[in-house]
Amino acid sequence: MTEELTPDGRRIGDVLMDLKNITLRFGGVTAIKDISFNIREGEIRAIIGPNGAGKSSMLNVISGFYVPQEGEIRFRGERRGPMRPYEVARLGIARTFQNIALFDGMSVLDNIMTGRLNMMKAPIWSQALWWGRAEREEVENREQVEKIIDFLEIQNIRKTPVGRLPYGLKKRVELARALAAEPKILLLDEPMAGMNVEEKEDMCRFILDVNDEFGTTIALIEHDMGVVMDLSDRVVVMDYGRKIGDGTPDEVRNNPEVISAYLGVAHE
Amino acid sequence: MEFLYASEILLNGLMAGVMYSLVALGFVLIYKASGVFNYAQGVLALFAAMTLVGIMEGRVPFAHLLGAVFGIHVSSFGWTVPGAVAILLTALVMVGVAIAIEKLVLKHLVGQEPIILFMATIGLAWFLEGLGDVMWGADVKVLDVGLPQGISETVETLTNDWLGYGFFIDRLDIWAAMIAAVLVAALVGFSQYTKQGRAMRAVADDHQAALSVGISLQFIWIMVWSIAGFVALVAGIMWGTKSGVQFSLSLIALKALPVLMLGGFTSIPGAIVGGLIIGMGEKLFEYFIGPMVGGATENWFAYVLALIFLVFRPQGLFGERIIERV
Repeated sequence: MTEELTPDGRRIGDVLMDLKNITLRFGGVTAIKDISFNIREGEIRAIIGPNGAGKSSMLNVISGFYVPQEGEIRFRGERRGPMRPYEVARLGIARTFQNIALFDGMSVLDNIMTGRLNMMKAPIWSQALWWGRAEREEVENREQVEKIIDFLEIQNIRKTPVGRLPYGLKKRVELARALAAEPKILLLDEPMAGMNVEEKEDMCRFILDVNDEFGTTIALIEHDMGVVMDLSDRVVVMDYGRKIGDGTPDEVRNNPEVISAYLGVAHE
Repeated sequence: MEFLYASEILLNGLMAGVMYSLVALGFVLIYKASGVFNYAQGVLALFAAMTLVGIMEGRVPFAHLLGAVFGIHVSSFGWTVPGAVAILLTALVMVGVAIAIEKLVLKHLVGQEPIILFMATIGLAWFLEGLGDVMWGADVKVLDVGLPQGISETVETLTNDWLGYGFFIDRLDIWAAMIAAVLVAALVGFSQYTKQGRAMRAVADDHQAALSVGISLQFIWIMVWSIAGFVALVAGIMWGTKSGVQFSLSLIALKALPVLMLGGFTSIPGAIVGGLIIGMGEKLFEYFIGPMVGGATENWFAYVLALIFLVFRPQGLFGERIIERV
């Protein structure tokens, strides 16, 4: 077991997910070109890059929404064959979406409960009659969900239909639903996109707290360089589908290729 | 006496309403699970009823086709199957139909607009209608699974003793009402309290989100279409017993439309209450107002009522509020 401590004393463990030589093409367009990196247990791993760099595609590869043409994905040491998104979710990889995908017609509570659907094993008649094993399960799951609701400070909107919530709160509910699944890896697709400063700060705090409190491994995509550097333990930098940098925020910040991708270089 | 006669009409209207509700239920199920108005629901009922008759009478499926292509001329296996067994077999056939619909149609339309899925169900309706004819022949069939029919003497004597006026109520209608009640209780329990029911509502709302919490769209769709097929079978049995199994059976779907507008497309209890209101309203309107406007109001009353409802409560009585953030 290789274990390191981050500067602020958190633990980073073994490699949880290993991506090797991933290539993803859409017809003639290569969205991801031969990228390898890994995600280690307990860390906050960021994927950054300019618009169109292939960050979201990368996240979609990890969560099974896209299947890469080449490359290998190992999860907890085992090679993962081509899988459907729901199968990946059942492995313990939860995600949020850049454009928020919630069940608008359901209440906040019901939305978060869907995150635990796969933990309910009681036979169907037991569930329908609300009797025996199903009742115990429902109570247990409900307790877990209430913990998450408290944690993310959304108690006052528990019964509100999600469709009525403002943007920032929707993002938080989506995070809650992903957390409810008790994921091994939590994937966040631009968790701070479109938020105002106050909402961003809240979201930052929640992401750090989740990592700290539950020890959840988090991989996130973000646009805002400043936010990423504060949040993450290690950063992958992408540009035009290639990997141009990988390391701690400090290493990445001083990488000339990264600087040129973000700021452009003067050509003599 | 006038009052008692009106009550009898009311009761008969309620019973007729139950029959409408049975059809409407199938629509609601599919709509809840996929946000799609399933145009094929009426044909599904017809197909189920045809298959049931075919199995009961021991008909050879595709008999005409076999004759035309291979020159084999057999139209009957020479046995008859008891009603209960045949219903079970037909239910299995409907599950098969559900699987085929998922594999051949829905799977290829993941993430498409509801209007595209709606168009697909129109195609499906005509395909199933043709398939039913090719499989079992286009003749008008008599369906008798052993449900009691005719005027209930018990009700007549009882009401005669109590009120001095005998109510005429069809026994088939009484059975339909009881079966509908059981069916609705089961469906409500299923969609509100079970994991599969929750998953179903989730899929209806957002495909991507449903996938991300580990729900298999494929499984949910097969499940929902199987249940819709089963509900169609029940409706097909009731209507088929009442008025014979023929093409016009698929038109009962048209009767379900105003019921859905009234009750809301997303509510199972709504389908029931909507059906009852329409059945009752139709009969009472015909009785009280009909003579003043020359009768035959039953053809249009339901639609006018539904239109009025649309103006004041577009989501129906029990439908989910339509929330639009601007």
